[in-house]
Order: sequence, then structure tokens, then C-alpha cells
Amino acid sequence: MARPMQVSRYWRHFREKYRLIGGKCENGHVFFPYRPVCPVCGSKNVEEYEFSGKGKVLTWTIVRNPPSGFEYYKPYPLALVQLEEGPVVLAQLTDVDPEEIHEGMEVEAVTRKVREFEEDGIILYAYKFRPVLK
Amino acid sequence: MRKLLKPKREVGIVGYGAYVPMYRIKAEEIGRVWGVSSFPIEEKAVPGLDEDALTIGLEAARNALKRAGIDPKLIRAVWFGSESKPYAVKPTGTVIAEAIGATPDVSTADFEFACKAGTEALQTAISFVGSEMADYAMAIGADTAQGRPGDHLEFTAGAGGAAFIVGPKSSETVAYFEGSYSYVTDTPDFWRRQHEHYPRHGNRFTGEPAYFHHIINAAKTLMEELGLTVNDFDYAVFHQPNVKFPLTVAKILGIPKEKVLPGLLTGKIGNTYSGATMVGVSAVLDIAKPGDRILWVSFGSGAGSDAFSVVVQDAIEEKRDLAPKVKDYVERKKYIDYALYAKARRKFIL
Repeated sequence: MARPMQVSRYWRHFREKYRLIGGKCENGHVFFPYRPVCPVCGSKNVEEYEFSGKGKVLTWTIVRNPPSGFEYYKPYPLALVQLEEGPVVLAQLTDVDPEEIHEGMEVEAVTRKVREFEEDGIILYAYKFRPVLK
Repeated sequence: MRKLLKPKREVGIVGYGAYVPMYRIKAEEIGRVWGVSSFPIEEKAVPGLDEDALTIGLEAARNALKRAGIDPKLIRAVWFGSESKPYAVKPTGTVIAEAIGATPDVSTADFEFACKAGTEALQTAISFVGSEMADYAMAIGADTAQGRPGDHLEFTAGAGGAAFIVGPKSSETVAYFEGSYSYVTDTPDFWRRQHEHYPRHGNRFTGEPAYFHHIINAAKTLMEELGLTVNDFDYAVFHQPNVKFPLTVAKILGIPKEKVLPGLLTGKIGNTYSGATMVGVSAVLDIAKPGDRILWVSFGSGAGSDAFSVVVQDAIEEKRDLAPKVKDYVERKKYIDYALYAKARRKFIL
């Protein structure tokens, strides 16, 4: 059974999940997700920063026993992706078979369906990464 | 009595973009399951498990934005045409507008008219810009078409979409609209009732009185109103529920096959419904030369056709390489069998 849907909790993060918006502080540190305080230097002078979406796979695993709400997608890859701007993002890979994944694989962000809350709940769309086109 | 739809301010395409999912199922694989051995197409695109008409439309919209090179905050409308909207009630356009950064100074709505919802959104976008109510408007057509398993529609019901950002005609537009025309009658050739999973169709009734009647009348009237003949067009893109129908239309109108094939993708990706002619025109823009004229006629069951005459401009040369082309997506493919296809289309109850 899926956990109860918390619309407000997801809605609050729609923008950063659709567009990969993190933060950039006055000293040029970039980070994801957005936080009001820079995790590197503690600066509170932080602006929103939209990442290019390009990155490389650092490491990955294949989820075969997914948490509730993700059953239909199994098996699916979950990876640590290092964005070209530096930050590391935990995300699903898509449009790729498990045996095609390798360390250093160049990937790009796309917006995909991540989860549906039962038949009558909201549909959560968010970033995933796929092998770069061409 | 003027029938041509033409705004006072000239309108062009600032950016266009398409998207087709990477999974394919061969028609013969569908035929293997249902005991059929002749097919209307070779293979069709199947959406991934995490794709729907919204995500397809969104990637197309992002590609259109890359080519347009404009600030998304300048877009005053994001209109989405589809018959496979993820929500029955909740506009798809809101998610897309948010995701491309066009909110909140924007109008959004979802359009529905079977396979012509996308061109209907486009015609509305042209009027929005042509009337000077706005400078930029986006129209999207995208579908993950449904076909009842075992029905002959299952062979062709594909997935894909395209987006067009229109703006005032200028040196920045990749093509401009000479005019458009809509031809609509009440013809029940294909429909899906509320809460039904699959559409129904009138079998043979879908051809002559529906598809051919509307497309041919729309094309002829558009050309008459513009004072053009078929010889004035370098390309023609007709709605493509299969490969045969659009080629038959071309034959009836006296248009050589060579002008139709570049924008005819159904054989490789299936019928992308609201996306069909929009993906086809995108494929033509990917290769067209400045000065080329495109005849573009959609068809939506129910029934009606929207016809456009589009003239390609110089900016196409520098903008076409700013985003992936239709060919890039069509050639990116991974074959799946009927079992994985059934999973992708969520035919199993877990």
C-alpha cells in the first residue's frame, strides 16, 4: 500500500524537481537541492541556480525490491550523478538497460513520471537522467 | 465571403521541437500475438513506463525553446492538444508551463479534438499573436495513443509530439504562416466515451466520409483562398493514421509522393495522433530550404481538418541545429516484445 499522499509536500518542490533548480551563494558555490544557507561556506546570500542537466554517472545500483508506489518500474537504476557544475544528485536513470550503465557514462536530465499516488492521486513528475542523445 | 483565417499581424514560427520515445514494437510482433499477418505500418513508438503525453510534450516544448532562444517569461500562452491527457481534470499545460519557466504570466489550456488538437492549439496561438494580444504563444500536440488490444488500431497507435512557439513574423522566425483554414462537420468516425479505456471507430466509415472528405476540402479551400495550386508547394504533410491514407490524399490532389515522404513518419513511429502532423512538419523543417512552401493539413475524428500554408525563412539554417532533430529520435530505438509493451502500457494489474 502506498503511503498517504501529501500534496503540499510535493507541490513545494515542483519547480526544483522539474527544472533542476539549486542554489548559488555569493562566493560562487553551487549546490543542489536549494537551501537558504550555503552548505560549503555558510553564506546566507544565496540565489536560485538552474543546472544544465548534463552530468556523469559516479555509481549506481539496480532496485529490484522497490518501496511502495514504485513496483511497476522494477527493475530500475538508481544512480549518483555528478552534474557538470559539481554537485552530486541521487536520481533514477531512464531509457537505459542495466547492462548498459557504466561509471562515467554521460547523462542528461529529463523530466519523467516518478510516482503515481494510486489510481486517483496526483502524478509526481521530476528529474531523471538518461544517456545523452547522440 | 472570406474563409481564410489570417490575422492582421503576420505570424511565424520562432521555434519548433519534437520528441519521440525510444521504445519500438514491430507490427509483426503485435501480429504474432493476435494472428494477423498484414500490417499498415512497419513499427511504432511506445512510451516508456515513466512517459506520458505530458512528458512527451514537455521535451518537445524544451526543444522548441532551445530553437526559439527567447526568455520563457515572454510566452503568454502554453496550449496543449492531446487525447491522452494524464489527468481527466487538471490542465497538462500548467505542468509544462511551470517546467519550462513560463509561469505565472501565462494562459494555459488543454485542447481536445482527436488527432487535430495540436493544430487547433496552433491556430489559436496564431490568433493570439496575430491579434497583438501577445508576442509569443506555444502550441503543443502530443499523445500516447490508445488502441484496444487486438483491434487493428493497436498496430498504429503510437507515441510522440511536437511544439511550436509562434511570434510576429521577423528575421527571427524560421517560417511564417500565409494563412490557415478549418473545415469541420459532425461526423462520428471515431470516439471514446467518458471513463472508457479504449476508443471505438466506425471501421470503413473512417476513410471516405471522414479522413478524405475533410482533408481534401480543407486543402482545396486553403489553396483557393490563397490563390495557390499544388505546384506551389515543395512539401505536403497530411494527417497520417497509417502510411496509405496520406499518400492516397496526395494522389487525389496531384502531389508527387516525393513531397510527402519527408514528413510521413507513421511507418516508423506509428500514428502520434495530436502530434502526427506537427512531428511531420518538424521533420520537414529539419531539412527544408528558405523559400520552401509547406502544405500542412491535420485531421481530427469527429471530424475536422486544419490546413496551413507555411513558408520557410532564412533563420531555419541557423536554428535547426540548436535542438535534436526528428531523425535523431526516430533513429534512437530499442525494440521490445509484446510482453514488455504490455507492461509499458500498464496492462497488468499488480
